[in-house]
Amino acid sequence: MAEEPLIVARGLVKRFGEFTAVDGIDVSVERGEAFGFLGPNGAGKSSTMRMISCVSPPTAGELRILGLDPVRDGVAIRGRLGVCPQLGNLDTDLSVFENLTTYARYFGLSRAEARRRAGELLEFVQLADRAKGKVEPLSGGMKQRLTIARALVNDPEIVLLDEPTTGLDPQARHLLWERLYQLKRQGVTLVLTTHYMDEAEQLCDRLVVMDGGRIVAEGSPRDLIGRYSTPEVVELRFSGGGDVAGKLDGVGERVDALPDRVLVYARDGDAAVAEVHRRGLAPLSVLVRRSTLEDVFLHLTGRTLVD
Amino acid sequence: MMTAWVAARRNHRAGGVSVRRVGAVLGRNVGALRSGPAYWLVLLSGFFEPLLYLLSIGVGVGALVGTVPVGGRAVDYAVFVAPAMLAVSAMSGALAETTFNVFFKFKYAKTYDAVLATPVRPVEIALGELTWALVRCLFYTVLFLVVMVALGLTSAGGALAAFPATALVGVAFGAVGMAISTFLRGWQDFDLLTTGQFTLFLFSGTFSPVQDYPAVFQVIVSLTPLYHAVELVRGLAVGPAGWVLLVHAGYLGVMAVAGLWLASRRIGKLLLV
Ligand SMILES: Nc1ncnc2c1ncn2[C@@H]1O[C@H](COP(=O)(O)OP(=O)(O)OP(=O)(O)O)[C@@H](O)[C@H]1O
Ligand SMILES: [Mg+2]
Repeated sequence: MAEEPLIVARGLVKRFGEFTAVDGIDVSVERGEAFGFLGPNGAGKSSTMRMISCVSPPTAGELRILGLDPVRDGVAIRGRLGVCPQLGNLDTDLSVFENLTTYARYFGLSRAEARRRAGELLEFVQLADRAKGKVEPLSGGMKQRLTIARALVNDPEIVLLDEPTTGLDPQARHLLWERLYQLKRQGVTLVLTTHYMDEAEQLCDRLVVMDGGRIVAEGSPRDLIGRYSTPEVVELRFSGGGDVAGKLDGVGERVDALPDRVLVYARDGDAAVAEVHRRGLAPLSVLVRRSTLEDVFLHLTGRTLVD
Repeated sequence: MMTAWVAARRNHRAGGVSVRRVGAVLGRNVGALRSGPAYWLVLLSGFFEPLLYLLSIGVGVGALVGTVPVGGRAVDYAVFVAPAMLAVSAMSGALAETTFNVFFKFKYAKTYDAVLATPVRPVEIALGELTWALVRCLFYTVLFLVVMVALGLTSAGGALAAFPATALVGVAFGAVGMAISTFLRGWQDFDLLTTGQFTLFLFSGTFSPVQDYPAVFQVIVSLTPLYHAVELVRGLAVGPAGWVLLVHAGYLGVMAVAGLWLASRRIGKLLLV
């Protein structure tokens, strides 16, 4: 018999008073997988992550983590999870090193073990030279790396990362991605939320797109692109307004008019561009690119995904 | 991984409070002591306040007042006031920790949000913070007792008897203070808290015997917490010791248990949403 998935949710609901933040979602995450929640602000990603982290009791539905019940076995489950929350909550009264050792003690590690882990992890996230320093002067990316190191202090089986790279510059993001790859190679199960399509494409084996507390699509990044988009997209910019989109009817397979540009979904981008010119239209700029998750998202929710 | 997991399982099965995790919460505060001199300054100023009252009022005003009857015995005014100031220093030491510091960690620093993502439970946070408040309280009361003995305001035996009582006072006020701080909306509420604390400080049989208050007032005062703390500590340090001290201790015990229960509940209720 196959191993039970590490995370199973069925009809999972989270309400805050009258407001439903998570509206009956089904999710299952297998061991060793990198699983993503993609969605705009307020989609319910963090609410879901908090339920999985066993710091927020589900309002309804079924949730099992590591084969256990988060409400009854919260202590045991949390001991095997690593959590990297959306809002930083490093301890500013403690040094970088002590942030890790103190956290390790909450998991019941001995003092010596805590120090050993802290040393290893600071190496892993490339902060060893800041060990003695305070947390406050660290850059955003360094703080994020420290938070990830802290999430790893108990050698967790599942690491939950809520928007791990939001607000980081590209270089810092790539460094983080690289560390997350390494974890994945070590067999750690990763669950992350993100607004960034490229992040989801890079890191996730499988993901769900959330909108308004519901799951609107599920699959691997390639799957989703294949299912909800065309291989290529042409981005056109026109001067002035007017019903340009109308004139593009029938070019490619679908046309989406955004406030600042028009997207033409096509199997063959260059052929679509040729057709645009044949119709006598003169766009200011033309860009043919491969389809991304962003396009999937736009198609599914009718909205662009911006911070 | 296995070690942490097995430890967590074991604690879970025990179903109760893990001393180890309470110790970890306490250890966090010990670590924070190294963060700089700010905390130490606050710590010292908290010690000097009741001491200055003792010297200015107990000794200074005491020279004008002369003696006060305590349990049918006339004692120097300073001897009467000193145990009250000792109780006050136990109260303020613990309160300062579980109100200002706990409130800050609870509401602004988000310290407990991070802790609750680990196996540590709300009640373990409350117990760890309360233990730390007790450490701070005892730091004050030990010093204060040394001063009292040095000034001849109590005997060594009296000091030894009063010492555990100051611990009870600290735990009682610390626990209730922690519960209160989970209800505070912001720093503006601290004015209320400070006013309340100061009122207790003035009217709990601290500076004059409660028997001298008007009758209605006596009843009201006998319901308030610092009165019981002062009576207990004074009874042990100066006398007279009697069964009634158990009533005072019982009152403080109830405060400790109720405060701790409410504080844990509130931490869980507000942070685990
Ligand atoms: N504690 C709470 N009390 C009341 N409403 C809440 C609470 N937490 C979240 N919500 C609401 O639930 C909805 C989903 O919030 P959530 O934080 O899960 O979204 P998200 O997908 O993580 O968004 P973001 O991308 O902005 O982080 C939002 O409308 C939010 O206002
Ligand atoms: Mg979020």
